[in-house]
Amino acid sequence: MTDVVRIDNLNVTFATDGGAVKAVDGVSLRVAPGEVLAIVGESGSGKTVTAKTILGLLPETAIARGAVILSSKDGSNSNDVLAVSKQKLRQLRGTDVSMVFQEPSTALNPVFTVGWQIAEGIRSHGEFTRKQARAKAIEILGRVGIPDPESRVDYYPHQFSGGQKQRVVIAMALVLDPGLIVADEPTTALDVTVQAEILDLLRRCRDEFGTAIVLITHNMGVVADLADRVVVMYEGKIVEEALAQELFSNPQHDYTKRLLGSVPHVGHGTTRASARLAAREPDWVDQAPVVVADHLEIQYPGRLGKPGFTAVDGVSFVIRSGEVLGLVGESGSGKTTIGRAMGGLTRVTGGSLTVHGHEMNGFKERAFKKVRSDIGFVFQDPASSFNPLLTIAECVAEPLVVHGRAANPRAARKRVNELLEAVQLPRTFGDRYPHELSGGQRQRASLARALALEPSLLIADEPTSALDVSVQAKVLELFAEIQAEFGFAALFISHDLAVVDILADRIAVLYKGKLVEEGTGAEVLGAPKDPYTQRLLASLPVPDPAAQALRRGELLLLRAAG
Amino acid sequence: MTTLTTEATNVPKAPLWTRLPVVHQLRQSIGLQRGMLVVGLIITGVFILTAIFAPLLAPYGYSQLRGDNGLFGAQQAPSGEHLLGTTVGGYDVLSRVIWGSQTAITVMVVAVLLSIFAGVALGLVSGYFGGWLDRVLVVICDAVYAFPALLLAIVMGIVISGGRSDLFGGILAAAISITVVFIPQYFRVIRAETVRIKAEAYVESARVLGASNGRIMFRHVLRNATRTLPLIFTLNASEALLTLAGLGFIGFGIEPSSAAEWGYDLNKSLSDVSSGIWWTSLFPGLAIVLVVLGITLVGESLNDLADPRLRSRRAPGKTAVAPITPAEIRDPAGRIDPSGIYGSLSTPRVRSDGLESTS
Repeated sequence: MTDVVRIDNLNVTFATDGGAVKAVDGVSLRVAPGEVLAIVGESGSGKTVTAKTILGLLPETAIARGAVILSSKDGSNSNDVLAVSKQKLRQLRGTDVSMVFQEPSTALNPVFTVGWQIAEGIRSHGEFTRKQARAKAIEILGRVGIPDPESRVDYYPHQFSGGQKQRVVIAMALVLDPGLIVADEPTTALDVTVQAEILDLLRRCRDEFGTAIVLITHNMGVVADLADRVVVMYEGKIVEEALAQELFSNPQHDYTKRLLGSVPHVGHGTTRASARLAAREPDWVDQAPVVVADHLEIQYPGRLGKPGFTAVDGVSFVIRSGEVLGLVGESGSGKTTIGRAMGGLTRVTGGSLTVHGHEMNGFKERAFKKVRSDIGFVFQDPASSFNPLLTIAECVAEPLVVHGRAANPRAARKRVNELLEAVQLPRTFGDRYPHELSGGQRQRASLARALALEPSLLIADEPTSALDVSVQAKVLELFAEIQAEFGFAALFISHDLAVVDILADRIAVLYKGKLVEEGTGAEVLGAPKDPYTQRLLASLPVPDPAAQALRRGELLLLRAAG
Repeated sequence: MTTLTTEATNVPKAPLWTRLPVVHQLRQSIGLQRGMLVVGLIITGVFILTAIFAPLLAPYGYSQLRGDNGLFGAQQAPSGEHLLGTTVGGYDVLSRVIWGSQTAITVMVVAVLLSIFAGVALGLVSGYFGGWLDRVLVVICDAVYAFPALLLAIVMGIVISGGRSDLFGGILAAAISITVVFIPQYFRVIRAETVRIKAEAYVESARVLGASNGRIMFRHVLRNATRTLPLIFTLNASEALLTLAGLGFIGFGIEPSSAAEWGYDLNKSLSDVSSGIWWTSLFPGLAIVLVVLGITLVGESLNDLADPRLRSRRAPGKTAVAPITPAEIRDPAGRIDPSGIYGSLSTPRVRSDGLESTS
């Protein structure tokens, strides 16, 4: 059979303010019918641009050269996407190729029902009456696993959960039975447990509909779970292409090896944590803890006449000096809220939270200010955590100036240079502006700022979730080194169990505002007691196709039991 | 794009003058957008130079009625002595047009200066602290929006100078009425920006550090909130001129003996139009149109250039292909700042909310 898509020597160049930028450089690949091809690579590697070219979705500033031959599912006709007219391209989209987007909440129009949106796609491609289109929409919604499709077809997007929204997006992509679906990071915005379900659905797309899938992702676990064949892209070029099984067991190119080597695995950090525990002084447990939460409750005020939303509900934990507590949970579990409450950014509404012996329930900013110099905070998004108009040195000097340790940023420069060196940044970076640094560098600088006052408590709110895997590995390593050197206690918040495992002495699992499990890494990850933790652990895809296939079976059993 | 490879490359900093606002945009622009900006800048430049050198350029004074050969005479056609003819009142049209630019620019400067400080300060405080103060200020500003500027200007003219239209009273009446209408505009823009910036991580990080409200407001919020000001600035300048001309046209302008003013001249030339005397109305009218056009062109093209989606770029040729810079191609079709003027620092920022352009 012919390939559903064949890309020959594709070059894509973007016009930018800094001149022309080559995003894709001589890429050739082919996708057979019913095959899942994963394109992996870091941000900026050109993987999304390559995939968007297949649908002819490049912006006007881009110029593409080469050939992208797209064939229909039955192989009856082929077209070069780069050469066809706009009208022809519109016909191809949906029938021959369709797309699943990263963020399901923005891919759906909030003011139309999902049924209308699916029918819109059907009716623009053929002679269907309103009724037929609606029937087709109901059928497809049922097939992607939306319960009770007859009534839910009239629901608006906001009435679905994130995972269901992604199901609807996949339904829209499937409805015209295309030969190829391009899925651009289809699970990145979803929680791990939901991700597993969506990956199951995509697998069913291939098996039941016979659809080929081009899967773009940076998550090697997802690749291992779903892909038949893998293409590794780096700086616009394909550096390696292999069957999934082969790639994971025997990577050829240096970059692929590095990429696979930097993927965090669950279970690697437990030995380190137990070694550290053994090295502590015997009376360590009896020392006054840095943070004590006792039936902590945080409620966000509701609208007039409605009860508030309880984000954190009766959570108790302790962080002792020099200890790293990893806080894991899905989005909306309240993990960030706890971190913000510890930093005095969110008000505690019930129970008790003491930070350095200071009660946070009903705290006064004036009295808390002294304690603040002993708390460092690293934020999630490296892009927005620096004032864009100040240089890195000025930003890092800010805590020193605010707390009177230095008169102005210039006087603090010596200390700033020391800090930059501590986080392995050259001192000349102090004179740069934040946008001149990469994400990983910015997150290092963010760490330097948090450490400026040598706090004994550091709160890190998903510090690596916006970074590429290889950069994430480096930042985590640095974090571990610095923690060992400075010896601060830390609350490390993350949605990724494997990341938390690397750093944390103890792990706490949050689910819907409640603490469901807490213990050392070995306890929580080795023998989880709570069903949610078990499900979370089983949902985490591992970067090894054979092992992942086994785990998938376990997860199915677990889901059937739960 | 590993950390190591990017660390090795050292980005040389552009010289200071290329990073100044307007100069930066001029260098950045190409094609039609560059043409618009250049035309706008030239017109505006000529206007400003004319205002500054009016005493040298104008052949006669703005209230001069007689030369060496006696009275100029009324409604004289353009000739060697009076290049653009004379008005019904017997003034030299060319001189009046040139001197009028001085009055126009004074009104613009006074109006913008009066409104910008109050508007920015109120917007900053209102957006940063929120609460009841914010709500009250927003309601007041909404109410002011409903107020016709011209009516206010007339009232102001009466209050300030008792209806007598001298230079000071006329300029101040126009300027104050515009100020009252403009403060809400500056207020709105700065407030919206402040509310957005308040939620940014770098402001939170300053709060975690224990920085005082004043320090956060002025060091972190204010400087980042002023990106859109150059655009409103240009739009308001042209609106100020139109209000002044409007005042003059309906008869509340500045007396010809106090200053030259285009609106007044237009008003006086009304009856000339039907009797075939075209020069008295054409040139002051043209001056108004050109100045407003020039300033608006500058403002509009600055706005377009600030928006990465509207900005046109050089087509990628075969030569000069730069190495990949991941940040710029990360999100080609993505959500990019719809309104902000980047000013001297062209930070590639991605903004999630859609603050509407004020134009």
